[in-house]
Amino acid sequence: MWTLIARRVLIAIPTVILVSMFVFGLQHALPGDPILVIAGEERDPEAIERLKEIYRLNDPVPVQYVAWVGQALQGDFGRSMRTGEPVSKLIVQKLPVTIQLAVASMIFALAIGLPAGILAAVRKGTAVDYAASAVALSGLSIPNFWLGIMMILFISVELRLLPASGYVPFFEDPVGAIETLIMPAFVLGGGLAATIMRHTRSAMLEVLRADYIRTARAKGLDERVVINKHALANALVPVITLSTLLFGQLLAGAVLTEQVFTIPGFGKLIVDAVFNRDYGVVQGVVLCTAIGFIFMNLLADVLYIVVTPRLRTG
Amino acid sequence: MKTKIAFAAALLAATAAFAPQAFAQQSVLRIGLQEDPDMLDPHRARTFVGRIVFKGLCDKLLDIDPELKLVPRLATEWSFSGDGLTLTMKLRAGAKFHDGAPINAAAVKANVDRARTHPESLRRSEVASVAEVTAVDDLTVAFKLRNRDATLLSQLADRAGMLLSPASLDGDVATRPVCSGPYRFVERVQNDRIVLERFADHWEAQNYAFDRIVYRAIPDTTVRLANLRSGELDMIERLAATDIKSAQGDRNLRVVSTPGIGYQGAMLNHNHGDASNNPFGKDKRVRQALSLALDRDVINQVVFEGTHPPTNQPFPSASPYFVKEIEVPKRDVAKARALLREAGVTTPLKLDMMVTNNPVDAQLGQVIQAMAAEAGFDLQLRSMEFATQLRESQQGRFQISRVGWSGRIDPDGNIHQFVTVGGGQNDGRYANPEVDRLLNEARTVYDFAERKKLYDQAIRIITDEVALLYLYNQPWYFALRTNVSGFTVSPDGMIRLAGIRKQ
Repeated sequence: MWTLIARRVLIAIPTVILVSMFVFGLQHALPGDPILVIAGEERDPEAIERLKEIYRLNDPVPVQYVAWVGQALQGDFGRSMRTGEPVSKLIVQKLPVTIQLAVASMIFALAIGLPAGILAAVRKGTAVDYAASAVALSGLSIPNFWLGIMMILFISVELRLLPASGYVPFFEDPVGAIETLIMPAFVLGGGLAATIMRHTRSAMLEVLRADYIRTARAKGLDERVVINKHALANALVPVITLSTLLFGQLLAGAVLTEQVFTIPGFGKLIVDAVFNRDYGVVQGVVLCTAIGFIFMNLLADVLYIVVTPRLRTG
Repeated sequence: MKTKIAFAAALLAATAAFAPQAFAQQSVLRIGLQEDPDMLDPHRARTFVGRIVFKGLCDKLLDIDPELKLVPRLATEWSFSGDGLTLTMKLRAGAKFHDGAPINAAAVKANVDRARTHPESLRRSEVASVAEVTAVDDLTVAFKLRNRDATLLSQLADRAGMLLSPASLDGDVATRPVCSGPYRFVERVQNDRIVLERFADHWEAQNYAFDRIVYRAIPDTTVRLANLRSGELDMIERLAATDIKSAQGDRNLRVVSTPGIGYQGAMLNHNHGDASNNPFGKDKRVRQALSLALDRDVINQVVFEGTHPPTNQPFPSASPYFVKEIEVPKRDVAKARALLREAGVTTPLKLDMMVTNNPVDAQLGQVIQAMAAEAGFDLQLRSMEFATQLRESQQGRFQISRVGWSGRIDPDGNIHQFVTVGGGQNDGRYANPEVDRLLNEARTVYDFAERKKLYDQAIRIITDEVALLYLYNQPWYFALRTNVSGFTVSPDGMIRLAGIRKQ
């Protein structure tokens, strides 16, 4: 198992380098000029020239890339061209926000999606199955931002039950954190729950048709044991893959949900940085997200081994 | 509807355990901003929204009142020498920076010198006329000028006149500003909030009622208004035109507004690259035809629900420099067609028009396109994100580019750089030596009546030649909760915190 993890980590290194090159090249290929953005409304021609020199934007892109990597290796990701804040500080500031939202959404999604999927598979073809599918479909098709705005208008403005926006760290004020998280986590988690439910259902159906399940039933095992012990454990493998990927996606930030609930996470940060051609911030955040994704994949691999013993020997 | 209620009920049950938490009882004013400000360094900052925050954070030498007249702040008296080449200012006694250091002539010198010389300063061109700053005595400062400069005082009433503590100038000003305003910097979470706290030693501290000011950036107008309605904000700036009626109908809210000092319209390509080699760039009659094809009042009614008054010049009606004789042209399609015929243009004349990719600009573009079509113009709309549009205009790849200007209190700031040769905003490369001469001279004339004459002449030329297409004036709309009082709207769209109270 440890060799597997070590191998995965080694594969991750070139991936990270490729991602950083790709992002660096891509954003320099974007039309638009960061200096025109930071030179302000006046766009004084003399200031533009001066700033280009200072930010070394007249250098060829590969030269800029090497300079950036050199600094990044020393832990210096540069500063935001827009606000002057160090990129590393921004990442440290936003990462907990994004993780908190991602965890809350994932809890929502799993708590709804898993049981619903299992139930739909076990009761295949019954009203329960159809109802779960219908709810899942609507969960997938309602746009996040619309649902979010509707919830704010109804729950925060009309009923005054929950705060309309903001971020409260869980470890500082758990009650406040949960209050601000309920709506965004519901909006984000709802869509994911639908995806998880669909996958759980189809994975379960597949497993339930397998020979060993028939054997288990033929042995006269209790149906609950068949489902929970024999079927679920095997059906979970694709669901774990999916969940870790979904979680990775959540770590990249949920732009629309963050925008609607004004949560200062990665999504808002990166979209704002792209629009302002704030190269340093885009670079730093994308790199951080890429590492997050790779980590989630690694976690998925480890989890497979935990739930399916036959992989442990491989 | 039923499902919505059922779902709300379920949610209600789920949340009943958590009673809405009361906000801390410290007096806090929470202001919703449309964008996240940029650097909090007045010498390097560039955004309109940043200037709003500086009104709380940094004091400055002068300010303007709602009638756009200069009023004292840290400078109590000021005068030009007989030859107009020295500006002398008396400073307020007893004023302090946030680190306790006294505000004196040496501090003013250090700040203006930084604005003039810091490599990343965006204020350099604003104070370019200053050759030397000297501390005459502790509270008297003299600016020696290279040339007479009628714009200098209004520059010193904005970011170029803001004072940072001299000890902080070598530090990280952009993220930890040590300034001089009624509130001092506490923290910033980028894309979320900026928090300031009361500065008890401010010379005017009794006029500022709050312990803390929290500026929150909420770009989505619907969400910003919803946060005001739910009570998470006390006031918001730039209420969207489409939300004005609904906010006015809410008995918990109050809407206040004032005409702005900028203008909205379009930049036209006269002589920049291949895109200008056509009758539109070269023949003023073609541009006049476009201007006549547009009914500016229809734009106001359709896109802005009647809140954005039409205009045809760079100066706002509130400005003493406003040229009354220049009328907003009435739509005249027949005359527009006649002008195009006279110019020998075969219609439809195909033109490229850039708009920014937001809903308002898209609608505006379509309204213009439809009206222009009736006069024989075939406008091709290109919608793009702002940074790209800037780049395209700077490289001359446009014929018409939708732009606006937030406005400056001195007339020079609304006109000079847009129409003079080499001007930073003159992307269409409009060039007329007479306009250059008039506007350059106007910069050096201190007498109002004489200065106005020069602007009158220049504006007559540029409106006749349709150097830019001026379309409408953007007013500033604010919405406040009814328990907030004492806010005075100002044509510059700023939020001055003095006198604001909350019950």
